[in-house]
Amino acid sequence: MFTKKFSDTPWSDHVFDIVVYFAITVVTIATLYPFLNVLAISFNDSTDSVKGGITIFPRVFTLKNYETIFAYSGLMTGLKISVLRTIIGTLLGLLSASMLAFTLSRVDFQARKFVSTFLALTMYVSGGLIPFYILIKNLDMIGTFGVYVLPSLVSAFNVFIIRSFIDGLPYALQESAKLDGANDFTIYWRVILPLTKPALATIALFLAVGQWNAWFDTYLFNGSKDYLTTLQFELMKVIQSTTTNADNFRGRNMTQVMAQISPESVKMAITIVVTVPILVVYPFLQRYFIKGMTLGAVKS
Amino acid sequence: MKAITNKVQLEPKVKKAQFWTIFTQQKYLYMMALPFVAWAFVFSYLPLWGWTMAFQKFQPGKSFLDQKWVGLKYFKELFHDDQFYNALRNTLGMSLMGLLAGFVVPIVFAILLNEVRLQFLKRFVQTVSYLPHFVSWVVAAGIITKMLSTDNGAVNDLLMGLHLISEPIQFMAKGHLFWGIVTASDVWKETGWNTIIYLAAISGIGPELYEAAKVDGASRLQQVRNITLPGIRTTIVILLIISIGHLISIGFEKQFLLGNNLVRDYSQTLDLYALNYGLGMGRFSYGTAINIFNSVVSVILLFVANGIFKKITKESII
Repeated sequence: MFTKKFSDTPWSDHVFDIVVYFAITVVTIATLYPFLNVLAISFNDSTDSVKGGITIFPRVFTLKNYETIFAYSGLMTGLKISVLRTIIGTLLGLLSASMLAFTLSRVDFQARKFVSTFLALTMYVSGGLIPFYILIKNLDMIGTFGVYVLPSLVSAFNVFIIRSFIDGLPYALQESAKLDGANDFTIYWRVILPLTKPALATIALFLAVGQWNAWFDTYLFNGSKDYLTTLQFELMKVIQSTTTNADNFRGRNMTQVMAQISPESVKMAITIVVTVPILVVYPFLQRYFIKGMTLGAVKS
Repeated sequence: MKAITNKVQLEPKVKKAQFWTIFTQQKYLYMMALPFVAWAFVFSYLPLWGWTMAFQKFQPGKSFLDQKWVGLKYFKELFHDDQFYNALRNTLGMSLMGLLAGFVVPIVFAILLNEVRLQFLKRFVQTVSYLPHFVSWVVAAGIITKMLSTDNGAVNDLLMGLHLISEPIQFMAKGHLFWGIVTASDVWKETGWNTIIYLAAISGIGPELYEAAKVDGASRLQQVRNITLPGIRTTIVILLIISIGHLISIGFEKQFLLGNNLVRDYSQTLDLYALNYGLGMGRFSYGTAINIFNSVVSVILLFVANGIFKKITKESII
């Protein structure tokens, strides 16, 4: 390989390097600092926090903020519902996306064209918020857990990502399974699903993050049902309740919680509780979703 | 024989029979696909039927035939409402700002990141940059509000520390700053994520091109301009197409969570307007009229953007 001596490197390249590293540093700090700051405040004594000046380390360390929010029953219900909807929503979503993807990958499938057009259109047509609300109301789904997992069960985008992955598998595998007497369902379950794991992992991450982060369906349909509210919704209530005299939310003893402790610390502690599960998961799945993203982009 | 002479008449029957034979052979494929198709029909297509509400004096509980038809009454009402024009302006403004920033910043960031020679640093920065993508808008809005707050908000502290301002700015209470805040929030949250594809494209460029350029004495900046940028041209075009397609989903989540009464004139989008005036006040027909208008605006935006795009690149998405 051809290497230049240091002195041969034009000065403009050094300037270029400086600009690059400076910009990268600024971006990294701008991304990371807010999280570290929130984390520090959540572990800091609330009366001390009010004085300000906390950056990325707590000044007076305490666990009291967390004790307070965990003592609040709404949080535990929220946690339970959020975990439940994430698990059920992810599993059902994976099942629907992989089944549809499998049938669409079969060139010989009679209804292939119809199904794929039908699904593709769902990405572009939408009735809007109010017709959707009326539909859910007519289906008697308001105030039920089903509202969290059923409307979003089928996602065309996920189907197409998994399908392009299955298309990359050799068809001979299916043929030999067929010769062994396997029916289409067995092929899907025994042959395709195990081989599709990387794509499934990507989609599972997308689905799980989507479910965990959802709050608007709770706001719209289940806000008044204490036993059905999600963690994100609880956080939303807390955050909105103290920002500038915003809209009136059905506060559920939250004022009592706030009275004990500065709202700032409560907000930050709940924010951390809501965020941590995702932070734990995503670095492990990184290589999958990078592959999935790239694949999806190329095909669509 | 008879079958041959009557071929024309027989063919549909044969076809039909064939259909059912294949249908039975593929019964498992049908069993796997059709339930979900029916599902998608209910939740994606049925709401379209709800558009009829905009032309009726819709009353919940009454059947479709018992509703009173009122023609374009609600659309006329809509066009006489100042709030509507406000919401329309905000929707267009924030969409276009979001399109521009959300398209340019990830490209710049990907190129910068690619120039980082220390592999561990590059990977670290990349991992950090995805982080905000994975938190909900509720969390993001909470963090952003905290950072921009007047008491001990990091942004105000920084600006004060640099002596750029003499007293804290009330970011969340200033309407004319709202569009910028929403756009910047979006950039903060999604840049890292949107960079993935560009980085993948850059890594596909052959290293021998860079070597050759080095031999010819090209500076790093010249390499970026003449190798990296042309190398990811196709990806840029594809992603521009996709992001234009996403103009359709203008949404309201950010505006809902970051907005408040003080900045309402700048934060209310058409969707939010439908939520507040349609659902909030139980005026379903009026809200549906807003929804319909929103869809029309989206389609027009898409066509205009596509038209401009076509002129520049001679390619089309529609």
